[in-house]
Amino acid sequence: MSLLETVHLKKYFGDTHAVDDVNLTIEEGEFISLVGPNGAGKTSFCNVVSAYYSADSGKIIFQGEDVSNASVTQRVKAGIARSFQLVNLFDDLTAFDNVALAIFSREGKTRNIAALARRDSEVTREADAVLNQFGLAGKRNELARGLAQGERKLLDVALAYALRPKLVFLDEPTSGVSTRDKGQIMDTIASVVRGEGITAVVVEHDMDVVFKYSDRIVVMHQGAILAQGTPAEIRKNEQVAMILIGSSGPDAFSRKD
Amino acid sequence: MTIFIIQLLNSFFYAAVLFLIAAGLSLIYGVMRIVNLAHGSLYALGAYVSAWVVGGTVGHAASGTLGLAGLLLLLPVGAVAVAVVGAVIEPTLLRPLYRRPEEYHLLITFGLLMILEDAMKFLFGGTPLTAGSIMDHMGSIPIGRLLYPTYNLFVIAIGLIAALGLWWIIYRTKFGVILRATSQDRRMAAALGLNVSRVYVQAFAIGCFMAGLGGAVVVPAQAAVLGMGIEALILAFVVVVIGGLGSLEGALVGALIVGLVRTAGIQFFPEIELAVLYLIAMAVLLIRPTGLFGRA
Amino acid sequence: MSLAVAKKGAITSIGPSAWRPAVVAIAILLVLAALPSLVDPYQTVLLTYGLIMAIAALGFNLLLGYTGLLSFGHSAYFGAGAYTVAFIVRDLGAQSMELCIVGGLLGALLISALFGFVCVRHTRIFFGILTLALSQVLWSLAFKFFWVTGGTDGIRVASAKLTLLGGFVNFAGPGSFQRFVFAYYYYVLGLFALATVIMWVIVHSPFGKALQAIRDNETRASFVGISVRRYRWIAFVISGAFTGLAGVLWVPLNGLTTPDILYWPFSGEIVFMTVLGGFRTFTGPIVGAVMFNYLKTYAVASTEYWQLLLGVVLVVLVLALPSGIVGTAARLAARFTRGTS
Repeated sequence: MSLLETVHLKKYFGDTHAVDDVNLTIEEGEFISLVGPNGAGKTSFCNVVSAYYSADSGKIIFQGEDVSNASVTQRVKAGIARSFQLVNLFDDLTAFDNVALAIFSREGKTRNIAALARRDSEVTREADAVLNQFGLAGKRNELARGLAQGERKLLDVALAYALRPKLVFLDEPTSGVSTRDKGQIMDTIASVVRGEGITAVVVEHDMDVVFKYSDRIVVMHQGAILAQGTPAEIRKNEQVAMILIGSSGPDAFSRKD
Repeated sequence: MTIFIIQLLNSFFYAAVLFLIAAGLSLIYGVMRIVNLAHGSLYALGAYVSAWVVGGTVGHAASGTLGLAGLLLLLPVGAVAVAVVGAVIEPTLLRPLYRRPEEYHLLITFGLLMILEDAMKFLFGGTPLTAGSIMDHMGSIPIGRLLYPTYNLFVIAIGLIAALGLWWIIYRTKFGVILRATSQDRRMAAALGLNVSRVYVQAFAIGCFMAGLGGAVVVPAQAAVLGMGIEALILAFVVVVIGGLGSLEGALVGALIVGLVRTAGIQFFPEIELAVLYLIAMAVLLIRPTGLFGRA
Repeated sequence: MSLAVAKKGAITSIGPSAWRPAVVAIAILLVLAALPSLVDPYQTVLLTYGLIMAIAALGFNLLLGYTGLLSFGHSAYFGAGAYTVAFIVRDLGAQSMELCIVGGLLGALLISALFGFVCVRHTRIFFGILTLALSQVLWSLAFKFFWVTGGTDGIRVASAKLTLLGGFVNFAGPGSFQRFVFAYYYYVLGLFALATVIMWVIVHSPFGKALQAIRDNETRASFVGISVRRYRWIAFVISGAFTGLAGVLWVPLNGLTTPDILYWPFSGEIVFMTVLGGFRTFTGPIVGAVMFNYLKTYAVASTEYWQLLLGVVLVVLVLALPSGIVGTAARLAARFTRGTS
């Protein structure tokens, strides 16, 4: 059984076919990159599967169950988590509280009204461990709004990760940070995700990053899947090259590390 | 039948006044995204100033020479005065707050409400003021076997003219285009070289003028009393919630609905007349949060 | 500016040392307990009012400060508590204050659960208007159904007939009012302390954290699995219960409940006192409520135009001290300690 399967998934905004009849199957443990020019429907696909938008039609099967009509919180509980392209954090809470909140929520402890959050040593320990994994231990007591862009990006991913999802969508986890930080962020993310055996779908523009980390690359164009395959297969695909070169400049394929 | 027509006219009269108040409230919200809690008090201020000017003039011997037309010309003084007050308030009190959360907008206008209510008490005292002589001058016309004050019809006409005038300004003039552009995207409007600050002052002053006009036209029929502003504010809220905050058409339709319900309420269910109005507003908010004519 | 932001967060988040605020709180409580023997009864009454309003403001601020919802209709829950007590005393002939509290809390819970269910479907300005409209429904009913509510005359609740602590303390016989004022101060103080502790626990609980998360970022809150609307509703009901308790306690002291406490300017006063103290701090609403009570009392006593005076204070406050008394004091203290260290 596949982890996730979308069947004829569609989402239109007026004349724009954001997600146009997408049938994608994701197996457990995969690290998938979603690539394509701007407006190809990568983010829309993540949004529909994570219930940020509701689909116009089609099905979303997660672990054999139809979650097409499930709410955001139901899908989170089922094991689908995500981060956001534009960082989405609890800005007036500390980095620690941001992560702790995700853990409390996962454990159903946010219902707890008569206990002090900081007295929960299990959650405290786990939240500190997560911060540590993402290299944010030093920023534990800083407000999220005061963190640097790269740290905010990592914290956003850490929040999704702290939910212990089975499937995580990472929408441009390195956008808006310097090239130097990019590699570091992706290394951190990849090591955590692979280490825990989490299935990840990463939206990414930087093809160096994509080729380096992905098991499988899914190329989208105008809301539909144009091609998919291993990095080696995608490299050879000229149609893909045309589209990606057309969008992200002539360097997309030529640069190598 | 006669009774029915008179009741209908009464609700139109009522709707006309409410429209003037609500249209101003809605205009200010539409352009500046500020819900002005002091709007009702500005309406009351217009009522007081007009009643004071007209009443004061009638008190003088010279008023005989002024006649009805003269008195009618004096009536809008209240509206102009309120517009001036508005033009002072916006740059001094509201402008520093546009970047702050909307809680602060509500708070400062609530403070303004407290100030205005007491300022009126100080200036005009606790005794009701009226410009009833205008109503007397105008006499009444027969409807069926009953007499109906001509002045009420005059107010209905003013309401209609104001609605058409506002519509014309907003949809048919260059200023209207600027107003709509600013209301849709303040930063974009500023980037296009529009003087947003000036548009805001103008919009706020026009909104205040409308409130003041509502007060001005009401005093020949009803005396200006303390507390009238707070009641008017709540009803204007009901109007804009039903019609849609920021919508001119909404203010008109909302005012008609509230006018009709209120008249029917006074007749048939006086105890729960207000409650019914609030419940209608609530129902609209739940079913169509943006109101009948509002945009998201 | 960054300093101010950091300080604000330090207050809403859980600091490492909880014992220091506890020591300060106990010290303040002891001072408050000693006060009636030091000041005249009138001051005691004033402070009792202040503490009662502090409970209301604490409840209100769970919504404004911690959940990010500005209610302009909290008079409804205050009034629900107050009127329920008046009904219990008048129609059931009850004398026990504890019975009144239970009944009044139930009344406030019922109304806030009902109104909250409707209101939390919206946020921002529409939430404010909904809460306002619903509170006005209650006001107009209290106003018009005078055969039930006494209309503008209200309902009298004679303090002399009430008993505290299950009949253990009563006020029959001579000097009734003085004895009531004295005993009632401690009664209110005890409940105020209890309410403050409960609220402190709530805002520092995982649930309280979830509310702050909703305040900061509704979308992300749902994406960490929090059912935003349900949590807002629960916060609304708790908030209403606190404000309702304040209404309950207010009635015997005032001796009378009238539709004025259901009218929306009263809601405005609750907003006012919370902002006066500072809504981004835990203690702000308490300080604000006590201060506002003094401010209003002296304004009313010194001028006929007290509303104008309060209005000016509010306008100046919003323009010059948006973070309120406690918020500003905290900022100054932070600057001072940084300057000296």
